[in-house]
Amino acid sequence: MKKEGTKSNSFELKNKITLFVTMFAAYFVPVLILSILVSLSFESADAFNKFGFFRFITTSTWDPVKQIFGGAAPIYGTVVTTVLSLIFAAPVSIGIAIFITQICPKKIKGIISGAIELLASIPSIIYGMWGLFVLAPIMSNYIEPFLQKTIGKLPLVGIIFKGTPIGIDLLTASLILSIMIIPFITSVARDSFELVPDNLIESAYGIGSTKWEVIKNIVLPYSKTGMYGGMILGIGRAIGETMAVAFVLGNKHEIVLSLLGASSTIPVTLANEFTEADSKIYMSSLFYLALILFVSSFVILAIAKYMILRTNKNG
Amino acid sequence: MDNLKKRELVSKIFIFISTFTAILGLFWLVFILSDLLIKGAASINWSLFVDDFVPPGLPGGGMKPAFIGQLIIVSIAVLIGIPIGLLGGTYIAEYGRNSKSAKFISMLSDLATSIPSIVVGTFVYAVVVKPMGHFSALAGSFALAIIMIPVMLKTTENMLKLVPWNLREAAFALGTPYYKVIFQIVYKSALTGLLTGTILSIARIAGETAPLLFTSLNNSFLSCNLTQPMASLTVTIYRYAMGPYDNWHTMAWAASFVITAFILILTIISRILVKWRYSKNG
Repeated sequence: MKKEGTKSNSFELKNKITLFVTMFAAYFVPVLILSILVSLSFESADAFNKFGFFRFITTSTWDPVKQIFGGAAPIYGTVVTTVLSLIFAAPVSIGIAIFITQICPKKIKGIISGAIELLASIPSIIYGMWGLFVLAPIMSNYIEPFLQKTIGKLPLVGIIFKGTPIGIDLLTASLILSIMIIPFITSVARDSFELVPDNLIESAYGIGSTKWEVIKNIVLPYSKTGMYGGMILGIGRAIGETMAVAFVLGNKHEIVLSLLGASSTIPVTLANEFTEADSKIYMSSLFYLALILFVSSFVILAIAKYMILRTNKNG
Repeated sequence: MDNLKKRELVSKIFIFISTFTAILGLFWLVFILSDLLIKGAASINWSLFVDDFVPPGLPGGGMKPAFIGQLIIVSIAVLIGIPIGLLGGTYIAEYGRNSKSAKFISMLSDLATSIPSIVVGTFVYAVVVKPMGHFSALAGSFALAIIMIPVMLKTTENMLKLVPWNLREAAFALGTPYYKVIFQIVYKSALTGLLTGTILSIARIAGETAPLLFTSLNNSFLSCNLTQPMASLTVTIYRYAMGPYDNWHTMAWAASFVITAFILILTIISRILVKWRYSKNG
């Protein structure tokens, strides 16, 4: 009897240890997120005190010699590449999701889905290198001159295609980003299309709708929230992408209206200048940019997850 | 009748567009992979793996230090990241199954899988590199581990939740303490899933460059000292591809091919594992 008692005591102790250890490991994640926030804020305090918030994000001067730093140029570059990449990627991704769920034969469904998802496993540095050596020359020799000759001739709109096409520019960077985020948007859109109840689709066919009418009037409206969630997830992915963009954007702290100009994004600035920063305020300004990037990507991702979660509950 | 024909035509046009987008998506994949194959696989040779770096501009040389460095940095990241992710996921799926805090952590981890990796690099710089006073391989491993933990945690959670609850109840009924149920029953029946999670987490970090740029930095020489800067394959690819020399570019392509092939093979293995395990038993 006594022996039994000690055994169950040791079980209880071991159970408690396991509980404690696993709990400790689980709390690593919230602690980590909090410490990223705290340490980045702490490191960027100098820059925040010197330049403030609105002045920092609206000043485009980035002058390590005079020690004046403003984040407007990389922020502008981040916004332009992110928005453009979404404009390129969203229609394609939704088209692919429609193809996978509504059009393609069941047999090759898995293969196409899987192949598109493979795009997400290719490391970003490969996208960057491929962009620099393969895509950039194609852009500067064929696509960009073509755009200049056609859309570039139009009044007002023409300004976005001004300049010498060198291929190392906002347009190429956005195109590469768009390829990278296609798998993410596609997979969310595909999942939400699959949640559309079959009887809804069948009844639409029953009253004589064509395939496109079913997609346009039933499938797309039904999975609207999920689709937008996927797009926002794409934004959240594109905004923090470093290596793919670092190769093909140059690193120029200037706000250029033309999409054919070199520019910079927050991650690219960090990647290029972090090890070169030679003064305290320079370093602090870089941390400030990192903090802005962290908070905005976190908020965007949270919105995306919330929307995706909501569609799954509906279904 | 005319109207019907028009509707059918519109439908056909949109189906064509949708099919075209799928082809476009596959086109990019084939385009990138075939370039890697043509430019990369063709220039792989033995000296890439066994020769040291040579000074810029000189012919020959290889990337041996980068391969060794990459192996060391990733292995240490795996040693830190996998246990923490595994145990954390275990808490969320088991002890914390119904608690609000566990749900919250699970949600946070979901978000944490998409934190920009360069931000992780800046964070590790602030908390490891700066206090230590210099760049180090350990800092690089730590950065990669941070990226890996949420991925491992989420997969573990999902895989353990797939294990039927009555399996645990059967063990409880025999008087088995919870920790034994977890280690001997739940883990055992989720083994394939956990293995998949491990493979996926490794695939996730093996190609990361941004978090290594200012943690493990780079090294022109072979180094196995964890407290010193160490060359990694990805950072070396970046340096070589951005450099002005043709033979550097060729080597960068070859190394890129190796790393991409490694990651794609891991990804495909993990997918086959999941399919094999979870379609067989329902």
